[in-house]
Amino acid sequence: METFANLADGFAIALTWNNLWLALLGCFLGTIMGALPGLGPSNGVAILIPLAFTMGLGATPSLILLTSVYYGAMYGGRISSILLNIPGDEPAMMTCLDGHPMAKNGLAGAALSLSGIASFVGAFIATWGLILLAPQLVKIALLFGPAEYFALFALAFMTLGGVSSTNQAKSAFAAALGLGLATIGVDTQTGVPRFTFGEVHLYDGLDFLVAIVGLFALSEVFIFLEERHGSANADAKKLTIGKLYPPLSMIKQTIPTMLRTSVLGFIAGVLPGAGASLGSFISYSFEKRLVDKDNTFGTGDPRGVAAPEAGNNAAAGGALVPMLALGVPGSGTTAVLLAVLLSLNITPGPLLFSENPDVVWGLIAALFIANFMLLALNIPMVGLFTRVLLVPPRILMPIVAMVSFVGIYGISGSTFDLLVMIAFGVMGWVLRKLDVPLVPIILGTLLGNAMENNLRRAITIDNGNWWTLIDSPLTIILWSIAIVGFILPLVIGRRVKSRMRRDEEGALQD
Amino acid sequence: MIIKTALAALVLGASTLGAVAQDFTPENPECIAPANPGGGWDFTCRQVGKSLQDLGLLDKTMQVVNLAGGGGGVAFAEVVNKRGDDNDLIVAASSATATRLAQGAFPGNTMDEVRWLASIGADYGVIAVADDSEITTLPQLLDTIKNDPTSISVAGGSAVGGWDHLKVLIAANAYGIDDVRSVKYIAFDGGGEAVTQLLAGSVQAFTGDISEAKGFVDSGDIRVIAILSPERLDGEFADFPTAREQGVDAIGANWRGFYAPGGMSDAAYDAWVSKIADLYATDEWKAIMAANGLAPLSLQGEEFEEFVANSVQQIQDISREIGIIK
Repeated sequence: METFANLADGFAIALTWNNLWLALLGCFLGTIMGALPGLGPSNGVAILIPLAFTMGLGATPSLILLTSVYYGAMYGGRISSILLNIPGDEPAMMTCLDGHPMAKNGLAGAALSLSGIASFVGAFIATWGLILLAPQLVKIALLFGPAEYFALFALAFMTLGGVSSTNQAKSAFAAALGLGLATIGVDTQTGVPRFTFGEVHLYDGLDFLVAIVGLFALSEVFIFLEERHGSANADAKKLTIGKLYPPLSMIKQTIPTMLRTSVLGFIAGVLPGAGASLGSFISYSFEKRLVDKDNTFGTGDPRGVAAPEAGNNAAAGGALVPMLALGVPGSGTTAVLLAVLLSLNITPGPLLFSENPDVVWGLIAALFIANFMLLALNIPMVGLFTRVLLVPPRILMPIVAMVSFVGIYGISGSTFDLLVMIAFGVMGWVLRKLDVPLVPIILGTLLGNAMENNLRRAITIDNGNWWTLIDSPLTIILWSIAIVGFILPLVIGRRVKSRMRRDEEGALQD
Repeated sequence: MIIKTALAALVLGASTLGAVAQDFTPENPECIAPANPGGGWDFTCRQVGKSLQDLGLLDKTMQVVNLAGGGGGVAFAEVVNKRGDDNDLIVAASSATATRLAQGAFPGNTMDEVRWLASIGADYGVIAVADDSEITTLPQLLDTIKNDPTSISVAGGSAVGGWDHLKVLIAANAYGIDDVRSVKYIAFDGGGEAVTQLLAGSVQAFTGDISEAKGFVDSGDIRVIAILSPERLDGEFADFPTAREQGVDAIGANWRGFYAPGGMSDAAYDAWVSKIADLYATDEWKAIMAANGLAPLSLQGEEFEEFVANSVQQIQDISREIGIIK
């Protein structure tokens, strides 16, 4: 009951005209930033910090503005994924897999609305989780040592096979490529630079955002350039928007998916070493394993849109748990929020809830407000967003190229990153020609670093003893899920599957 | 009337004189944080920029640019190669910058290529254990390591060879552990993750800064067994025993400060130095330092330049000793 009294106080703090206006502004800006390739949530928040400072905002209003941007960006990332097959940020990558096929099938409006609803459900459940369980949840984070993290990432890695439904070998190749790219940079466990060729820009490794924008956005531009010369059908394959809102049956069908993946995403968010990208990824692959009986995932299954969106928005809420309760950021964006808290003279940590209850509960109330606002803002705007599809590619593609360049340069201010982006663009174009899926490359890079570091930490801590990897109940559970859920079906299921295999010739690429 | 005009002229004259003494005002003040938003350098830029403006020392908002990469090397190269004579630019720096300069981790760059402005405080290193640990003093920890280096894993937020790692090694070295390379150091992504692993029981000790440990000390989850400062700090940190009083002569301060482009004019350099010095002297800044666990370290201009040179030299010596550089 005390919780609800606190929450009521929080609403009393957050519900002023000034704060509501800030939340609306934050939601709007966040959605746009999330949708633009290159500008992700962490950069969006960072860009707006000076705004909060120059407006002379206090602690709670600043946090309301910035967390609205954070949630808004999580919503916005899906828009370009669905419409253009270009993820607006890392966690939105999985939404491409089914969202874009849906748009191609003439269901762009339904996909956008549905993903908006899924985002809402994910964020809503996560915010409740934050309220009711934050202090207890911290204990989950403490169960995860290096060995457990390694098992978790290895588990995520094993589900990679499920991501691409076409050619498993090509998918494995893409993942291996990603793993290889992950080794670039200074190795933190020895301090030795690897594959950097003395180039100081490579010391920190490759930036995921640069890789994503290059692989997805630029390669799309290259493909367009090529097709334009080849044939005149570039304008012929104009897409239909379809109904703006999904039929009730579709929502009903996806509700269990949303609920399951919200919980899964939330837990991934709570773990400081995991984060929203892992949340959306695990949500998608688990859901595919669980409900994809007819192999419709990857071809525009509404559940394949709902799963990653509910998952990544729930993870965004979950990531606030370790930030507030431990002072440990679970993602790039929460690292920025943490810095904001510190510069407002608030020290997050185990005592934050008792020492600064006004900040915590004001923030939580703001999350609820932002979430409702985003739903109210996003659903009516679906019609507006879908207009993007009506823009002829000869106008759209130069804009995509421009936004990519400006976005990446705006973040890093270095021309080196632009060159890396172009290199990834060319690589993406070649790989698309060869029908190699692009998503596993990013996942390989994303998971590769975390997997390697945690493996080596675990082994070093236990003086070279490999058994440490299965030395705790939690690791055994994680490995069992990995083996029973993902390895065995691969071995046993092959024979069964080959008999059942239907004509997959027309299956879509990633 | 005449007197009035004369007075006005005098006042005007005086004000022009004042302007000559401080004839530089940055038109577009900019601070480069050589890391992604959210880290210590980012904090340095943003907090100093905000305070300078709040206190009227700058009349414009200082723009903060995040130029991440190479542990600050990208920003350093950018400043040296492209922004060499920019009078409006300052760059956040810390012991980590000095460490990398000392170890030659900024390929082709040395500390003489920029002008070192001033420090804004220091974050003294701490060595901590979990609250339920049997180890209560630094010598006890170091003895355990001496007897069996495999029994203690020390977690820190920097890469191997980075400042968090060096702090432990300085202590181990001072205690007479000859082969400091036997000390088991586990690198995590930032001090926060390292503390979390201490709480989780994956590791036995933590090396980091006060600011990283503060929240957990307050809540009673971890215990600081040594602070690497010359003498005990004031206020709420007064309980932390120094390494020195336990017979381990080790000092490790993570200073925070700024450098400026090498070709900055003397007028601009002096103006920036005096602005930061003025800021440092205010009570507002003292309060910010206290809230963030920053200890006093007030060095400006040439004094600071000398201090950085010394710390680069010291780090070079240790790094050579432990074989990180040849």
